Amino acid sequence: MNRRHLILVGIGGLALIAYPWVFRSNYAVDIGFLVLFAAYLGQTWNIAGGFAGQTSFGHVVFFGVGAYVSTILHATYGVNPWIAWPCSALGGAIVGWLIGTLCYRAGLKGSYFALITLAVAEVGRIVANSLPITRGGLGMLIRADLRAENFQFKDPIWFYYIALVLCVLAMVIAWGLTRTRFGARLAAIRDNEDAAEALGVNAFREKVKCLTLSGGLCGAGGTVYAQKYLYIDPSIAFSIDKSVEMLLVTLIGGPGTVLGPLIGSGVLHFIGELTRDLGAMLPSVGNPQPLSIIIYGAALIAIVAWLPDGLMGLFRRTVGGDRA
Amino acid sequence: MLTPEILVAGLVNGLMAGGIYVLVAVGLTLIYGVLHIINFAHGSLLMLAMYAVFFLWRKPLGLDPYIALPLVIAGAFAFGYLVYRALIGHFSHGKDENILLITLGLSIIIDNATLFFFTGDTQTIEVTYAGRMISLGPALVPLGKLVSFAGALLLCLLLGLFMTRTDMGKAIRAVAKERQGARLVGIDVEGVMAISYGIGIACLGAAACLLMPTFYVSPSSGHAFVLIAFTIVVLGGMGSFKGAFFGGLIIGIVESACGLWLGEQLGQIGIPLVFILILLLRPSGLFGAAR
Amino acid sequence: MLEVSRLCKSFGGLKAIDQVSLWVDEGEIVALIGPNGAGKTTLFSLIVGFTKPDEGTVRFFDRDVTGLPPHRICARGIARTFQITQPFVRLSVLANVMVGAYHTTGRRHEAEERAQEVAHRVGIGEQLHMRADALTLAGRKRLELARALATRPKLLLLDEAMSGLNPREVGDMVQIVKEIRQTGVTILLIEHVMQAVVSLASRVYVLSNGRIIAEGPPAAITADPHVIEAYLGHGAAARLSQGGARA
Repeated sequence: MNRRHLILVGIGGLALIAYPWVFRSNYAVDIGFLVLFAAYLGQTWNIAGGFAGQTSFGHVVFFGVGAYVSTILHATYGVNPWIAWPCSALGGAIVGWLIGTLCYRAGLKGSYFALITLAVAEVGRIVANSLPITRGGLGMLIRADLRAENFQFKDPIWFYYIALVLCVLAMVIAWGLTRTRFGARLAAIRDNEDAAEALGVNAFREKVKCLTLSGGLCGAGGTVYAQKYLYIDPSIAFSIDKSVEMLLVTLIGGPGTVLGPLIGSGVLHFIGELTRDLGAMLPSVGNPQPLSIIIYGAALIAIVAWLPDGLMGLFRRTVGGDRA
Repeated sequence: MLTPEILVAGLVNGLMAGGIYVLVAVGLTLIYGVLHIINFAHGSLLMLAMYAVFFLWRKPLGLDPYIALPLVIAGAFAFGYLVYRALIGHFSHGKDENILLITLGLSIIIDNATLFFFTGDTQTIEVTYAGRMISLGPALVPLGKLVSFAGALLLCLLLGLFMTRTDMGKAIRAVAKERQGARLVGIDVEGVMAISYGIGIACLGAAACLLMPTFYVSPSSGHAFVLIAFTIVVLGGMGSFKGAFFGGLIIGIVESACGLWLGEQLGQIGIPLVFILILLLRPSGLFGAAR
Repeated sequence: MLEVSRLCKSFGGLKAIDQVSLWVDEGEIVALIGPNGAGKTTLFSLIVGFTKPDEGTVRFFDRDVTGLPPHRICARGIARTFQITQPFVRLSVLANVMVGAYHTTGRRHEAEERAQEVAHRVGIGEQLHMRADALTLAGRKRLELARALATRPKLLLLDEAMSGLNPREVGDMVQIVKEIRQTGVTILLIEHVMQAVVSLASRVYVLSNGRIIAEGPPAAITADPHVIEAYLGHGAAARLSQGGARA
């Protein structure tokens, strides 16, 4: 990173910090939260899917486990949510470790890995739907008590900043991957696992570590969601749409890059807002929301077809020279 | 209390459900099992075909689904062929991972387009004679389901014969085994892939006609079928139609048994669990060649 | 240093490697030659753990390494290059070599220094910031070499490092390999390019149909009738010795 990049990052950072002060409406702050939160979750996917090439279709399982762990601890057992929060991360990490160990031990790669993670997320949803401890399909409510010590806030601006902090944290971790042996090994595994093994890389161990890290960070996101919306149920906590969103923001922005998920999230939400406004203008349209999702599907195909390195890849090719 | 009657009824219902699942999986056996095209849009395309059957049945056309079979099959083949040519073959640059993502994108588009245009309502069709109940031991089974079962068996047999006895079938197997070699002997590989995909979707067309009389369709149907279809293909052993038939029946029975044993909610866990266990423990499936 | 004893490997019904034994002493350059399909790359795969042998042992510095996974083999000090180059396509040349360098250190600038040093030694120092898939074939071959070298191996297995290179490039590569040996790395190489074999190897093994059919210094090997038959077919040795220029 040279001086010019540092300045750009600094400006971007200041803009994000200042955003909710400039656009004070609840709506704007909420959109800001959604963009940053999706960027955070996308970054957790990026760690496994972008940096290590482990395309997972079921990442939401970590999110769901995290959301339920903290909610159960808090709503049922009275544990303070700030304390339950790291437990969620731990829960996500354990699930990540488990999935990694079982799948990589069995040599599962590529599309087999993607499909099996989908199945695992489905198992998560069904389990959450059936157990008394999770209140099954009824979902779990957190009693509203809007005070900071309960990890609840009257002013949504606080959740915006929490999301911002998480997003920055995840980006720092991603940046760390680009500068450490661990990240270099993951990149090698992604590009050519056999060659990496021949150079002394224990692919199994590194992949498990990667999925554990990714799962832990994603699980932490679950708590934030639960505390903001004060309600979770199996269809929300384990929804395949969330898995797809994590994947999409990363692929659009640029897999294996630090800024990718943030850019991708921004673009995705921008498109979403745009289609919603356009859809609202059409007279006969009842619910314009599926329209934006159709565009997401088309965007996914377009990215795979023409921009496999995402927007960051495009940016680098037109501006940045060939810094790999 | 699980009396023998309940168990037998459960078994029969499981087999009938299995017949339906076989119909859904048979096309995927060709597409994924043989040619390794990871068609994530399989469930969504089935749903589309089922909507087509629904609209054909509705006034003013009023077509009986069984009579509409050849039409739907032909239409589905054409649609599948075009989807492959224009989309999958074109944009995937030959990589498996890309096909997975492209078909994911396709399924997202189809699911939400149907949601947008047809709303989230469930649609059913009324075919009176298909609802006639036949008794098989302690179980009462609608005629339509028996027809599906027979259709599933027939489809598996036909496709099995097609693959071994016809030139196109041989070409497909050649492409599946050794793509470059097939190219070198003059086989139009892209064309064969497109035709195979078309055939797989045509199977979905047949499945749609056989399913609609006793089933329903809604924009979320696609999701439900995708994992089941992949589970059956993997369980049966990639590329084996015999495997798809028995795999489907096993899955139907597993689902029924899990429902009886674990209750309706937790029972759903049977199918994804089977998928996970098969991939972890015996990825070649029941009838597939050992990898 | 390296001792391969009675290695056997079958694929399906085909015996690809049949009771192969060979040894390599420290400091040597030993070549493994043979007609296409003889099993040379399979033999390499067995030694470095990409495939497990059915029978036989591989010993390195008198410790049994038979069937160890590739990353453990590398940890023991054996590195290999691939016949068809396997670069990390999306990474730069420098990043590629650093993956190898990271084998002996965890720190980034140490790995970077080592990678740069090795890259310069091998002759791709000018291309460090290019993407690996932008290299020419000769460049990619050197990259394979640099990556393996960066792991500080004691034994280097080169699989057809010269194939596809023009005579001048072969000459350059031969020089590089000689310099590598001078730094104390022992080398076992598979090669078709006889110019390289003759210039580099002190001993040659000939593999044909999964069996070692000859062993000795290059001069003796090229005159050995069994070797000639293996390459040129039955009776060729006799025809050659009879016909001289006419054969």
